[in-house]
Amino acid sequence: MTAHLTRRRTRITVAATAVGLLVSGCSLIGSDDTEREQMAEDAPVAGTTVVLATHSSFSMPKKLVKQFEKDTGVTLKVRSSSDAGELTTQLVLNKENPFADVAFGIDNTFASRAIDEDVFAEYAAALPPGAAGLRLEGSAADRLTPVDQASVCVNVDTAWFAENDRAQPTSFDDLADPAWRDLTAIPGATTSSPGLAFLLATIAEYGEGAWQTYWEGLMGNGAKLSQGWTDAYYGDFTGGGEGNRPIVVSYDTSPAFTIDERTGESTTVALLDTCFRQVEYAGVLENAKNPAAAKLVVDFLLSPEVQASLPEQMYVFPVDSRVELPADWAKFAVQPTDPREVTADDIDAHRQEWLTEWTDITTR
Amino acid sequence: MGLVALAAGPVAVLGVFFVLPVSAMLGLGLWPDGELTLAPALEVLGRERTLRVLGFTVWVSAAATLGTVLLGVPTAFALHRLRIPGARAIRTLLVVPFVLPTVVVGVAFDQLLGEAGPLRFLGLGESPFAIVLAMIFFNLAVVVRTVGGAWESLDPRASEAAAALGATPWQAFRVATFPALRGAIVSAASVVFLFCATAFGLVLVLGGLKHATIETEIYLLTTVLFDLPAAAALCLLQFVVVIGLLAVAQRARRGQVAAQRVAAVRRAVRWPDLPAVVAAAVGAALVVLPIGSLLVRSVRVDGGWSFDNFRRLGVEDPTLPATVVEALGNSLRTAVDATWMAVLLGVTVAVVVTRRSHSRTERRLRGLLDGFFMLPLGVSAVTLGFGFMVALDEPPVNLRDSPLLVPIAQALVALPLVVRTLVPVLAGIDDRQRQAAASLGAGPLRTLATIDLAVVWQPLVAAAGFAFAVSLGEFGATAFLARDDAPTLPVLIFDLLGSPGAHHYGTAVAGAVLLAGVTASVMFLVERLRVPGVGGF
Repeated sequence: MTAHLTRRRTRITVAATAVGLLVSGCSLIGSDDTEREQMAEDAPVAGTTVVLATHSSFSMPKKLVKQFEKDTGVTLKVRSSSDAGELTTQLVLNKENPFADVAFGIDNTFASRAIDEDVFAEYAAALPPGAAGLRLEGSAADRLTPVDQASVCVNVDTAWFAENDRAQPTSFDDLADPAWRDLTAIPGATTSSPGLAFLLATIAEYGEGAWQTYWEGLMGNGAKLSQGWTDAYYGDFTGGGEGNRPIVVSYDTSPAFTIDERTGESTTVALLDTCFRQVEYAGVLENAKNPAAAKLVVDFLLSPEVQASLPEQMYVFPVDSRVELPADWAKFAVQPTDPREVTADDIDAHRQEWLTEWTDITTR
Repeated sequence: MGLVALAAGPVAVLGVFFVLPVSAMLGLGLWPDGELTLAPALEVLGRERTLRVLGFTVWVSAAATLGTVLLGVPTAFALHRLRIPGARAIRTLLVVPFVLPTVVVGVAFDQLLGEAGPLRFLGLGESPFAIVLAMIFFNLAVVVRTVGGAWESLDPRASEAAAALGATPWQAFRVATFPALRGAIVSAASVVFLFCATAFGLVLVLGGLKHATIETEIYLLTTVLFDLPAAAALCLLQFVVVIGLLAVAQRARRGQVAAQRVAAVRRAVRWPDLPAVVAAAVGAALVVLPIGSLLVRSVRVDGGWSFDNFRRLGVEDPTLPATVVEALGNSLRTAVDATWMAVLLGVTVAVVVTRRSHSRTERRLRGLLDGFFMLPLGVSAVTLGFGFMVALDEPPVNLRDSPLLVPIAQALVALPLVVRTLVPVLAGIDDRQRQAAASLGAGPLRTLATIDLAVVWQPLVAAAGFAFAVSLGEFGATAFLARDDAPTLPVLIFDLLGSPGAHHYGTAVAGAVLLAGVTASVMFLVERLRVPGVGGF
């Protein structure tokens, strides 16, 4: 009994220290002991459980989760939905009585919907360098914290084009050019998040009123639509192993996964003029049962350890610019300097109209 | 009175886990601000796109149903009336697709018909015919088992008499056999139509997005366009179609002969049986080819042959919440829970609806009850899944965060199968046997044990096996519940398919083969019990 109590007290002290550290903005400098203890009393989170809602691509090394639980005394439970769209829907439908305390994985294509429905509470986490530029506009900036980013870009199987002695495409226009007929695979905009991002990239490129013509040309040029990224990349793309189309809509990180073991070079490349940046956010839920611990989770996602694990775990870039990327990434995952952009508010205002028009064009 | 109390249990369960969630979602769409607002819903029904989607759903389901029946009836004859070597193995094999998760079926067909598949020359890759073929693949077992079961217990003397009087085999079938089987055929066909019309993953994966059905449209409206009124309108539309069909099925079943356990005498194959044997061969090929392509893909790595994909099944992958082997463990545990729930409910329902009615109202009530428990077959899994999350989140039923939610959802899916297996068996017991037991002094429980249980235990075990297999492969309802970090195998396969890296794809296919193997083993054991009509309708 005594031993048990002692251990418990130690854990609380450790937790309190950790909470102090995290609450004081991830900074060791300038927080003395008295301040730390004061902080801990304000947030009695040790011994509680916090639930993180996310999508099925979320993954985190067990070691880091254990460390988090040890440092804070909080048990972290993860509940995942299939994708960002389903996650957003579930959060909105359950906003009065949420099934989690904190959510991660809503991206800039779904953010406005969640913000407008008041799903997220205000919490301004201390951002690492590099993250500030990825915040949303307006009041959403204080509710959703950027955690990672990756851009959806057209990918090309360079090996295929070299073998067949043909020129590679370089732009959106090329994909609708008869020279590259029947060579493109695209995941659907209504059924996959990279598909939607690609549609947005074309809308940003060609503008309202002209993107429809582009898509008519694209479909007329034999582009193949499939349900999700998997079907397009593994089912249709030559670089993914199964398919017979050398052009696919994927990510700027994808070339880091197609390295030829003999040459040490990647066999695919992303076209950096065809990109749309997806930023994934985390936020504390309005009506959360354990908001104090929820904030700790947001901070945890921004911690250097978690940020450093993102490329290997979730195939995305960390927002923290100090993190050193894995060697393959540094070499082959080249990021666009000037991605196409559509604001989150614009997306929310036009989503239905754009997707309906898109569906009409592609299923004609 | 005792029966009313008995009926109250399952009705309450279905009320809470089916009626409540579905009406919660409909409520969000039709009563957005506490007021009935029908205008947006009605507007949706008038849209040109809605009509097109409805039209496509109906034609694709009708074509698939027709194809399944045309292929299934002769296959049933060949496998249940003729002495064909390996018939049991083929019967087992035919059931495997029915319990495979739709994602896997989608992958299998894509492997076969897609642009890189061995059958790409057929040009079926993105056509509606791929969807129709996959639906036939999926549902063939329903027709074969239902019709085969009825055929097995059919007295052959009628058709023999017709033949003796000079009828050709076709005439004998039309005059003597078909009328006796019509109930089973119509009943099976309507259930197949239901499965087709509410198919979700299959259409999403194989439709190549060019084709939408009501079910995929509900998904799109709910999760991407956030148009809840429109989703509610389509859900209601679907519901109306489903209820109509269930009524048809119910009527057709009324003429059905209750399954009597006649020892089936199988006869040798003769020349006139050739068409039936060919149909059975085509049916078997339709099932073997996609499964075979999965098998082949699972042992291919980087263009060579290798068991690496299988070796990875138990190896921890830091990017995934569990290994395939662990997920299989989760699936098995979930299936155990789902099975006892489905069996408990199913037995109760079957007992209630098969007891002798004393008045016309009572009979009608039993009929309604029977139909009521078939409803989960026909409602949108999307609506049900989101409804679960919305409706079951507060006391008295706070199950949203409970690990039991997934088995409950799966039990709902398996329930109609259990009911349909047990009802004909129980209905086939002569009530006079029970009366005799009672007059000899047996109490109601004793009667149940000596009369009903003696006949029903084998079908019961078989139904439990079937429920277990269905639960193992269940993906639709499970996918729409936010899940904790113990994924079932179908869910993990889905996650694996979505992860970059060619080895993940290979592991997913190997996992699918493992799942198919486990389900097939369960079905093989069920088959050994030789219960006519298990898994039939």
